[in-house]
Amino acid sequence: MKLRSAIFLASAAIALAALTLAGAPLLAADDKIDPVADAKAFQKFFKDKFPKVKFEDFVNGPYSMNEDLYRQWQDKEQFPPYEFSLELGKEMFSKPFKNGKTYADCFPNGGIGIRQNYPYFDEKEGKVITLELALNRCREANGEPPFSYVKDEMAALTAYMAFTSRGKPMDIKIPNDPRALAAYQNGKEYFYTRRGQLNFSCATCHVQSPGERIRAEVLAPALGIVNAMPIYRSEWSGMGTTSRRFTTCNSQIRAVPLNPQDDEYRNVEYYLSYVSNGLPISGPGARP
Amino acid sequence: MRNLMQKSALVLALFAADAAPALAAGSEDEFKAAYAAAEAANKEAGKLRNQWTTTANTLAAAKKAADAGDFDKATASAKEAEALAKASIFQATSEKTRWKDLEIR
Repeated sequence: MKLRSAIFLASAAIALAALTLAGAPLLAADDKIDPVADAKAFQKFFKDKFPKVKFEDFVNGPYSMNEDLYRQWQDKEQFPPYEFSLELGKEMFSKPFKNGKTYADCFPNGGIGIRQNYPYFDEKEGKVITLELALNRCREANGEPPFSYVKDEMAALTAYMAFTSRGKPMDIKIPNDPRALAAYQNGKEYFYTRRGQLNFSCATCHVQSPGERIRAEVLAPALGIVNAMPIYRSEWSGMGTTSRRFTTCNSQIRAVPLNPQDDEYRNVEYYLSYVSNGLPISGPGARP
Repeated sequence: MRNLMQKSALVLALFAADAAPALAAGSEDEFKAAYAAAEAANKEAGKLRNQWTTTANTLAAAKKAADAGDFDKATASAKEAEALAKASIFQATSEKTRWKDLEIR
């Protein structure tokens, strides 16, 4: 009996080992991180789903999904609701800090026309650096207190920087560094992971259901969604940054939001921006 | 979309209901035990970076009822909060692999 049991156990172990070995290369191939292939598949998915939408129009979010909304938006753009923020941002950007330096001293090309390169992966730090984070670091390096990441001053500064980059194609690089690939992959995982009591992921709304209504809102496609940031939202009666968008999305699905600029949010912005490479910067935007 | 929301909420609500032990009339000690268990589960969800707003709200409701001396209600809320926290842990754990099902390839 003991011998029979031993033979059975040994056979089972061998079979399991064989299965594991046979499955290993398959899993490895499946798990390979390939941002280029991802971006291609991501963009194709939206082009196929919305064949009538021009590629560059995806940055206009819900307006690209609905003809009536598109017409309303064109009218709205005559007197854009974000204009006050843009003016404020321009003024703040050129006003020197107490030490005499300005934001321009912290950024390449004086901070003008560079929005399309953010976020980037900092190989020294081993982390993703977003524009919002870089702006607050600039302030702190010059002896100024950081701004709230979600609205007002931060939205104004990023609105101005986006405006100076309008029309430039998103151009996010992933350096040949395993940490950068890991950040990208973690961002992708965050994007597709369901969370909150409503059991929604970012993709539930912005991949599976763009163009459909959720209550009174028309959902925006994930493709190009970050290109329009920051945005004036009528629902907010004010401006909001990318950080605000992520944290409010989390609350809406009954998940406790993380802190703005936590690694998860930085990584998901990196992922979303990378897969939107080639689409023009359109920020600041306006949304219902 | 509405259907999708309802289904998702329903599945989780059922899970939460299933996980919740029968609600018993509570003394202060029962409340304290139930509240501690709920807090511990919610802390675990926090480690997984997946707390739910409803857990926090239900914990707050439990505390409020206890402060008002209604330990039946407080214990029931604490047990509900524990069930919600456990559902969020289940979600975070299962999503470690399930997220790939939604991925565009």
